[in-house]
Amino acid sequence: MIEINDLGFSYGQNPVLKNISMKLEEGKIYGLLGENGVGKTTLLTLLCGLKKPQKGCIDIDGYNPYDRKPSFLANQYYLSDEVAAVNMKAIDYARNYGKFWEKFDMGKFLEIMKVFENDPEQKMNRMSCGQLKKTWISFALACNTRYIFMDEPTNGLDIPSKAQFRKAVTKYTSEDSTLVISTHQVRDLENIIDPIIILDRQDVLLNATVEEISEKLYFDYSNEKIEGALYSEMTPGGCVQVLINTGSEESKVNIEALFNTVHLHKELVKGMFAK
Amino acid sequence: MDFNSNKSIYLQICDSICEKIMSGELGPDSRIPSVRDYGAEIGVNPNTVMRSYEKLTNDGIIYNKRGIGYFISPDAKDIVLQRSRKEFLEEEVPRIIKKMKLLGLVPSEIFS
Repeated sequence: MIEINDLGFSYGQNPVLKNISMKLEEGKIYGLLGENGVGKTTLLTLLCGLKKPQKGCIDIDGYNPYDRKPSFLANQYYLSDEVAAVNMKAIDYARNYGKFWEKFDMGKFLEIMKVFENDPEQKMNRMSCGQLKKTWISFALACNTRYIFMDEPTNGLDIPSKAQFRKAVTKYTSEDSTLVISTHQVRDLENIIDPIIILDRQDVLLNATVEEISEKLYFDYSNEKIEGALYSEMTPGGCVQVLINTGSEESKVNIEALFNTVHLHKELVKGMFAK
Repeated sequence: MDFNSNKSIYLQICDSICEKIMSGELGPDSRIPSVRDYGAEIGVNPNTVMRSYEKLTNDGIIYNKRGIGYFISPDAKDIVLQRSRKEFLEEEVPRIIKKMKLLGLVPSEIFS
């Protein structure tokens, strides 16, 4: 389990994270959402021990990530948004560097590469941006770590690869692994990420499962205008309206509409989901 | 799978399994994929699929053999058929009636 307590971080005079507190449970695929510059990447790099909290603390199964103990690092993987085009064949990279993660599985690496229709014999610096990204995703998942942090993993992936990514993430992570995926491409990951975390400038607006969200908020897709809707958005097929769920019916959560609703009604939503 | 309906995803997964039971594609005691395999197949979070399986189990449509997997109940088809008829009468029929009024159609023009 990850416990973040009153975490703060600034770049010089520019505060990015302030008073961030939340708990992340194991075996879940968290979606980390937020506008540009709210500190998603900063949070991920703090979680994996690349940065030192300036205030507050992070506890991951009793470890402080910034101590960078080998036994902690061997159990986590951070996949950055920008990945290196190494002058090596993908298979050689995996063979040489997989050793740093005790549960790295070469067979799994090759299997995921196959799912992505990627050639492991190709040199990584000769790959296209998307192919390179897919190689790194395959490597990250093949490390079989307890924690996987991914920053915008679907950036640069072509249309078929996005479905392959969803498949890889559900099939090749173990039941007790925790994934934290930051993304703007919510449509790519709509049915994959659950719980959903919405980060705002210096605050956590929401950290809730899809079940909790659909219990508390109702997403209406009919064409009838509803008085008192928290948010409404026109779409070619009608409109999406978000209301407070007064009944017991659960509707399909539209993450984009959710995001906009949360931003329009920060305090209200925070109060609704306060535990 | 195409998730176009406005129902929550876990209910849509239930519906899709029920449809396969009604069509006979999934017969009594046939095995359905594990939560993780099914999630991977349709690109959905395994926890969501788990919720669907829990609901179907509570409804008596599937059953769990510990350590082996999930199977279709012997009387699943009857349960699904009854439920679907009820849903059709309570939810779809009123919608059809509303649409017919809107279009100025009377039953005799449609049902002969």
